[in-house]
Amino acid sequence: MSNTQQLEDFVTQVRRDIVRQVHKVNSGHPGGSLGCAEFLSVLYQEVMQRKEGFDMDGINEDLFFLSNGHISPVFYSVLARSGYFPVEELNTFRLIDSRLQGHPTTHEGLPGVRVASGSLGQGLSVSIGAANAKKLNGDKHLVYSLHGDGELQEGQNWEAIMYAAAKKVDNLIATVDRNYQQIDGCTDDVLPMGNLVQKFEAFGWDVLEIEKGNDIGEILKGLKEAKSRTGKGKPVAIMLNTEMGHGVDFMMGSHKWHGVAPNDEQLEKALAQNPETLGDY
Amino acid sequence: MKKYTDTGKKDTRSGFGAGLTELGRTNPDVVALCADLVGSLKMQDFIDENPERFFQVGIAEANMMGIAAGLTIGGKIPFTGTFANFSTGRVYDQIRQSIAYSGKNVKICASHAGLTLGEDGATHQILEDIGLMKMLPGMTVINPCDYNQTKAATIAIAQHDGPVYLRFGRPKVANFTPEDQKFEIGKAVLLNEGTDVTIIATGHLVWEALQAAEQLEERGISAEVIDIHTIKPLDEAAILASVEKTGCVVTAEEHNFLGGLGESVARTLTLNQPAPQEFVATMDTFGESGTPEQLMEKYGLNAAAIVKASEKVIKRK
Repeated sequence: MSNTQQLEDFVTQVRRDIVRQVHKVNSGHPGGSLGCAEFLSVLYQEVMQRKEGFDMDGINEDLFFLSNGHISPVFYSVLARSGYFPVEELNTFRLIDSRLQGHPTTHEGLPGVRVASGSLGQGLSVSIGAANAKKLNGDKHLVYSLHGDGELQEGQNWEAIMYAAAKKVDNLIATVDRNYQQIDGCTDDVLPMGNLVQKFEAFGWDVLEIEKGNDIGEILKGLKEAKSRTGKGKPVAIMLNTEMGHGVDFMMGSHKWHGVAPNDEQLEKALAQNPETLGDY
Repeated sequence: MKKYTDTGKKDTRSGFGAGLTELGRTNPDVVALCADLVGSLKMQDFIDENPERFFQVGIAEANMMGIAAGLTIGGKIPFTGTFANFSTGRVYDQIRQSIAYSGKNVKICASHAGLTLGEDGATHQILEDIGLMKMLPGMTVINPCDYNQTKAATIAIAQHDGPVYLRFGRPKVANFTPEDQKFEIGKAVLLNEGTDVTIIATGHLVWEALQAAEQLEERGISAEVIDIHTIKPLDEAAILASVEKTGCVVTAEEHNFLGGLGESVARTLTLNQPAPQEFVATMDTFGESGTPEQLMEKYGLNAAAIVKASEKVIKRK
């Protein structure tokens, strides 16, 4: 994919996929999914070096780990539209006998998924392990991960943040989706996490911010910059400032759409704001 | 009846250390992780020979389990090392999601299991770990009985594709199985043939079961002794064949009677050929400080307890 319009079209279709998946089964997490649609689309379409097909070990290609597994609708859409499995399979999201479980899993053998996630706080540790395996294998490719900001309230993250810097895991780019929302409200109301940039830096990470985390150009620039900072003895973190529910006006900026599905009327409104670009499943 | 000889007391954790060292030399995919207990887990020789394949994670067991899961992505075979309590209960959710549910080829190696950690007391002992691990779908659960068997098991699990819980202990116990034994995951070892009662034991209690069988023979009771080193998958055929012959069973383990080997045997019998069973195990209790011998005596985990249970169960036939 080369031009911005093509990327915009990709993202619009991903947003459309997200609301349709969640609406169909009246369950799932549209808010955070929409907020990360641009990021994951850019990552898979423009940034990651990927091999054809899928194998679990992912040697000689970049890897991605989704730690905040509840935003599975965006992950599934981007994976399907990046060729990992048939787009029609999005129809089975959260249904019985599906490979598209509510939260991603390797258990059902869905190509593109390398670890189960959903119980929060585990993805950074797994990413560190995968990055270490790459080093042992002499594989120069990178490991990318995505984490919710609320997810950083889980203590295991701080074990992992401490470890990655101390052990110079510098082939890792961890991105925090900084949307300041979690199920019960604003992160600052539930449990304020303070200045995450300073905290990561204090632990020894190289940190950069993407101020407009829903802007394709800014994301591209930020990821390119992050990539240039790998291999220098420090793990790299990106604070990605996103808006929960981005691209659907009535969902934007509110924690209320963290885990609630749109009704029929709301779906129509959301779809009207995100017209079909690459073909519905 | 065959008599077994103790070739010299050794700790099972050293069997793990020796097995890991051998793996370091023979299997380049094996890597090891430890949460600040290298000495306790006897991992130093592996580290000295393979520093690049060792990950010291510090006192952070959850992170260790996640890193281990990640290392499998790239073809590594990670062996994690810490106390059994911190290998299971402390990190149950990490093992459940990132390892078992994700089908990752991680070997969770747990020392100081059971009561015999001794003086450190209940916070560092664990009597629930077999139950926790066997309830996880896809998890293999192994509890070898002596130094030689632990070494053989350590080497064998590297060949098995899938998550494994390997449980061993701190104190020096009788070393009586052959040095060159063939270790087959899921295959019971028939140590002694008998006709009156089947004694099914695991871990440190296997040697006690052999001592019990000798004492029972003096009383005219013929005991069959089976070493169940693999609790999951359980060798049901071996158990059923023996109990068909003897008509009753005593299970012996250094674990809570809820969730342990005894319960797995009871389920097997109930579904196939119900028979009287007595449990030599801890009775839903935490441990306490004391020497290993004192604790085995107080909580009824020795040959004397197995003899008593055998006599009781025979009367229930």
